[in-house]
Amino acid sequence: MLFGLPLLSLVIWLPIFAGIGVLATGGDRNAPLARWLALTGSIAGFLIAIPLYTRFDPLMSAMQFVEYSPWIERFNIHYHLGVDGFAMPLILLNCFTTPLVVIAGWQVISKRVSQYMGAFLVMSGIVNGVFSSLDAILFYVFWEASLIPMFLIIGVWGGPNRVYAAIKFFLYTLLGSLLMLVAFVYLYMISGGSFSILDYHKLPLPLTPQILIFIAFLLAFAVKVPMWPVHTWLPDAHVEAPTGGSVVLAAILLKLGGYGFLRFSLPIVPDASQYFSGMMIALSLIAVVYIGLVALVQADMKKLIAYSSVAHMGFVTLGFFLFNAYGLEGAMVQMVSHGFISGAMFLCVGVLYDRLHSRQIADYGGVANKMPVFAAFFMLFAMANAGLPGTSGFVGEFIVIMAAVEVNFWYAFLAATTLITGASYTLWMYKRVVFGAVANPAVEELKDINGREILILAVLAAAVLGMGLYPSPLTEVMHTTVDDLLAHIARSKL
Amino acid sequence: MNFVPPDFSPAYPEIFLLVMVCVVLLADLAWGEKKPYVAYVLAQFALLGCVLITFATSVPEVVHTFSGMFVDDAMADILKMLVYVTVSTVLVYSRTYIAARGMFSGEFFSLALFATLGMMVMISASHFLTLYLGLELLSLSQYAMVALRRDSVMATEAAIKFFVLGALASGFLLYGMSMVYGATGTLDITHVTEAIQGGTINHAVLVVGLVFIVAGISFKLSAAPFHMWAPDVYQGAPTAVVLFIGSAPKFAAFGFVMRLLVEGMGAMVADWQGMLIILAVMSMMIGNLAAIAQTNIKRMLAYSTISHMGFMLLGIIGADENGYSSSMFYILVYVLMTLGTFGMIMLLSREGFEAEKLDDFKGLNRRNPWYAFITLLLMFSMAGIPPTVGIYAKLSVLQAVLSAGYVWLAVVAVLFSLIGAFYYLRIVKLMYFDEPETDAPILPQSDIKLLISANGLAVLAFGLFPQSLMALCAYAIQQSI
Repeated sequence: MLFGLPLLSLVIWLPIFAGIGVLATGGDRNAPLARWLALTGSIAGFLIAIPLYTRFDPLMSAMQFVEYSPWIERFNIHYHLGVDGFAMPLILLNCFTTPLVVIAGWQVISKRVSQYMGAFLVMSGIVNGVFSSLDAILFYVFWEASLIPMFLIIGVWGGPNRVYAAIKFFLYTLLGSLLMLVAFVYLYMISGGSFSILDYHKLPLPLTPQILIFIAFLLAFAVKVPMWPVHTWLPDAHVEAPTGGSVVLAAILLKLGGYGFLRFSLPIVPDASQYFSGMMIALSLIAVVYIGLVALVQADMKKLIAYSSVAHMGFVTLGFFLFNAYGLEGAMVQMVSHGFISGAMFLCVGVLYDRLHSRQIADYGGVANKMPVFAAFFMLFAMANAGLPGTSGFVGEFIVIMAAVEVNFWYAFLAATTLITGASYTLWMYKRVVFGAVANPAVEELKDINGREILILAVLAAAVLGMGLYPSPLTEVMHTTVDDLLAHIARSKL
Repeated sequence: MNFVPPDFSPAYPEIFLLVMVCVVLLADLAWGEKKPYVAYVLAQFALLGCVLITFATSVPEVVHTFSGMFVDDAMADILKMLVYVTVSTVLVYSRTYIAARGMFSGEFFSLALFATLGMMVMISASHFLTLYLGLELLSLSQYAMVALRRDSVMATEAAIKFFVLGALASGFLLYGMSMVYGATGTLDITHVTEAIQGGTINHAVLVVGLVFIVAGISFKLSAAPFHMWAPDVYQGAPTAVVLFIGSAPKFAAFGFVMRLLVEGMGAMVADWQGMLIILAVMSMMIGNLAAIAQTNIKRMLAYSTISHMGFMLLGIIGADENGYSSSMFYILVYVLMTLGTFGMIMLLSREGFEAEKLDDFKGLNRRNPWYAFITLLLMFSMAGIPPTVGIYAKLSVLQAVLSAGYVWLAVVAVLFSLIGAFYYLRIVKLMYFDEPETDAPILPQSDIKLLISANGLAVLAFGLFPQSLMALCAYAIQQSI
């Protein structure tokens, strides 16, 4: 608590109420007001989240900043919030991304500005709610609610095929989460009437129910991550979403899936997680290797980055199911780093798209001649996406590969192929878009990025480099949590 | 032999309403031509009076009167209160709509009040005959309301279908009741319970009777496979009447199920549980699948109602206090959403134009963002997406079936609700993603505007704080069983 304020409630509800305020500005006559209000709200949301880091006790293994009050007594549901070393960095990542998205949409979005900005702010608060809920139903409410703003963002401001993409996104995610709800209710019955996630962690369970619950959770989280083979909604959603939508989708919403594994699957059904670990590792490696190859042949820049997201998230799930400290830590680092890098990549594509209204690689060429500053930033992010040492992309992948070596050399070998495929698809795309002679008259007309765009990209560049060179501020807050989780998983619940 | 007059006090609300219906009829006779709103005001006043009387005469314990034919308990009082509020809301929403279609007359209001009286009698019945009387009073009034627009072919067709199938269902019900009477020798629900629990009764005869009773009930609930009337009636009848049929009578139907199955034949729970499972699964399946193919929004909502009734039955299948109260909560939430949705359809209709096609919702966000937002809340609530109240309705019935041990049924239910989400999403898509086809302004009366906003926001507010409604339902069931 800071000055006795309920910090977690603030990081949830401040953006939501700011979003409602932005919505209330109404039509596009008040667009400037809506923009400034949204910026103020999102920056305030970030500032209020900073004490979560500064006042976080990295040595404490219990939940921190806990808030607990009854909510729905009929089902013994509580408004129970708290964060540990997994949730806190993700909340910060989310609060960090929101202002960038608001700034990125500053000029580009000219229709229904208040609704656009409002949707992002509301979503930011909802996602903070997902990361800090310690009650299963509270979690579920935030989890599902986060679909609504993203559905509207894709559907209203998206590209030509937006309706298909939006509905596919919604239904896919809903399928997984409904079975998760059944699992929650089932756990509620077994635990004698509790929806507390922390109670579930301690609940002994025989193997068969564990397996069923694991499958229900897996559907919810695998769709969200997304893991191969339920990733097909992601390229569609990314391609059709407006730039801001893609950024939030890649940087934040995919992390919900990863977080779900850490908060639910691993601690609640540890034996089933061990039981399925071979399958999970196989699926992760397919994502890393096969989806990496799929990315190589994409002609659409956004699709390419979407597939590269799937491949990178493959490292996250791989790290989770290796069951060692490096694996978990590497996966967490990879999640945060992917948040920065994929966000930045989508913003770079957005910069080009705003000018030329095309995402096709073939429509570009020689951009560096006309947009040198942009080309420099894009270069940095492309390198980070390829996992160049010194950028954050390297740290996560490297730690996970190290963890894999400990378990099985061939896991590590297959995972390490990403260093080749990742570099190939990213840098090849970069080469075709940025280098060479000016391809066509449209490129000839391009203007370099303006101050607003430089600001966003510079902030992200600082984050990518900072984390790449000195990752310990991130890793040290999660040591205790990682050790606790591993010790917890090691104890059988049978 | 002295005549001892029965205790009238538990039936004061019914008596008051009966008197008021007569007053409405007389007033309409006197002023109907020049001042049609007199009937409207009197009807609203009658409902307000009923609220006050029910509140004043409510007692915590269960009271029987009229030689055990009539019962007054907490569940009856709460259900009746909900009926009054619902009917009153229906009348407000309908006002502009029926006025523009020449139906703003004493007949509409007196029929609505007669139907309300029927519902109250059903809710308070503790005798098969009382139950049947209430049901017929409700049904006959509804048939007449559907046919109120004599010149409309669609409405007439709908009314005839409704009447013929409704009469058939009543026949089923009566036949089932007669079997039970034959087996137990009584029509009084409390005596039927005792007789069945006695265990000397021929089980086969009772089961045959039960089958017919369940068939009759599922017709009234519009649960599959006895749902055929619902899509046609919803499509053909004037929207105001559909709103009426689709909302308050569901409370009465819930009361009906509770009195017949739970109170009357509670000892045969194992028998009717299996039947209700079939009904629930079929309703969820047919309702959700058929709704996808509809282009008429009223027809689509009819199928959606069928699927919601399937969900509601899940709670009854749970067959304990928790289960019944979760069903009651489901009905309450369902009525709240239905009121808002049909209210919105009437809001979009105007003189000479019926907003009946799904496409009439196109671009609503452009035309009026606020109403689009209200409809968005209602649709997400129907689909059971938080933070709207719909999710808690689903959660409670799921909890009920899981606690009864039917894991597969819960999984089937959520899969169908996923299919259901698709067609609710389609409305959101039409409102937000598409361009409007018309730019006709939406100019409702201010009370309708306020009420529909409150209705939509209630879906959100109860989604954030559902405890009070859940506690109300739990209280109603606990006090009465």
